Amino acid sequence: MKYSIFSLARAALSGHKTWQRTWRDATPKDRYDVVIIGGGGHGLATAWFLASEFGIKNVAVLEKGWIGSGNAGRNTTIIRSNYGLPGNTGFYELSMKLWERMEQDLNYNAMVSQRGVINLYHSDAQRDAYARRGNTMRINGIDAELLDLAAVKKMIPFLNFDNARFPVQGGLLQRRGGTARHDAVVWGYAHAASELGVDIIQNCEVTGFVRDANGKVTGVETSRGRIGAGKVGMAVAGSSSRVAAMAGLRLPIESHVLQAFVSEAIKPLIPGVMTFGAGHFYVSQSDKGGLVFGGDIDGYNSYAQRGNMPVMEDVCEGGMALMPMIGRVRLLRQWGGIMDMSMDGSPIIDKTPIDGLYLNAGWCYGGFKATPGSGFVFAHLLARDEAHKEAARFRLDRFRTGAVIDEKGQGAQPNLH
Amino acid sequence: MRITCPFCGERELGEFTYLGDAKPVRPAPGASQDEVYDYVYLRDNVAGAMEENWYHGGGCRAWLRVTRNTLTHEISSVEPAAGAGARQVVK
Repeated sequence: MKYSIFSLARAALSGHKTWQRTWRDATPKDRYDVVIIGGGGHGLATAWFLASEFGIKNVAVLEKGWIGSGNAGRNTTIIRSNYGLPGNTGFYELSMKLWERMEQDLNYNAMVSQRGVINLYHSDAQRDAYARRGNTMRINGIDAELLDLAAVKKMIPFLNFDNARFPVQGGLLQRRGGTARHDAVVWGYAHAASELGVDIIQNCEVTGFVRDANGKVTGVETSRGRIGAGKVGMAVAGSSSRVAAMAGLRLPIESHVLQAFVSEAIKPLIPGVMTFGAGHFYVSQSDKGGLVFGGDIDGYNSYAQRGNMPVMEDVCEGGMALMPMIGRVRLLRQWGGIMDMSMDGSPIIDKTPIDGLYLNAGWCYGGFKATPGSGFVFAHLLARDEAHKEAARFRLDRFRTGAVIDEKGQGAQPNLH
Repeated sequence: MRITCPFCGERELGEFTYLGDAKPVRPAPGASQDEVYDYVYLRDNVAGAMEENWYHGGGCRAWLRVTRNTLTHEISSVEPAAGAGARQVVK
């Protein structure tokens, strides 16, 4: 069905009783050209791009639980393309451009809101680093503005500018950055992919890979039976190591827990997305009024989807340093998601050493903003057997060759990225 | 999550620093590139009980060998592991 002002009016006149399911809950067929493991944003976007851009419509997306029940439903909904390293800069801008046309492409309201992302700086050295990153963005055709103190004061006057340890000196602003409604992104891709014939199969856990005599992957064993596949793509960030282990692969990835938080709703306060540069704290305000914020990962390996108090305390301290007046706002909810922390902090989108098996993994805690870009380049890889030029550096073998993409310069210590 | 340090007793998580999986052992200086690559980059990323090294920086400053379930955060044993951290980075 097509969504428009007319469909809304028709449904309203009939008391909203005529709405159909947004997407088809399919039962598995015996075989597909491409099977995507993982019904999160990335997996569903991959399926949609395969069907819409690359003409491969005999596609299934297998999801262990319900679609969007993993990290697609657990993030802080931020979209941006303010990266400084070759490999990242172009890829995230590709993704940003796809965000800008997503709702028209999918015929679905994903509430993409380009309300701006500002990274605050608190020292001369940090200003210089941000200026460099901003310049990198601008010479790559991406919008970036380095704001001085007066400009930041005008935009967000309520900050604690005179914090003795971390005075705010200015910020790097990307106006095209912002937020999107994470669940609607999942439902939008599911809607559009399903319309093109993609089978979305829930409650279908992959339990093993089917291999032929040459070792090629020719299908998957699932909790709903064997499903044959021309190619299999993994998009299961958080559980990549576990799924890859079924094919005998070890990955340069550790799974870590990242917490996120929402406060009770307050009147409109924060215009866009802000990050505190002297700690790790980022915040935006949802349309319902809650402050949505987060910070560092907990730092220990975990698959438990829940975190602990020390990081919660650290995140709240960051918020208080920036905006002491939120001290009386109560925390409403807090949750954890499992991050595929790669060894250099950047993703992996590549063929695996196993014929027929393709990998989309290692998103650390930057996966949400990458959703459309990731889907597009992964679909490109699956359809054409070659990397898209904006994802050509996200190779699995870069750790062996030394061509790592370490945006934070932390080295091979995943809990520090 | 609280860790019962064999020297200090039960303490809150914030006193401890995580080094990670205790299984990787730094290869000998003459090791092949493959062995070094494996040690630096590849991980079992265990889902279940894992032996790992923690440092009690906010207490006795001892290295500890903690067996912890990564699916539940349940800790089944904590033992002294003098030099464990150093052994992972220096041979």
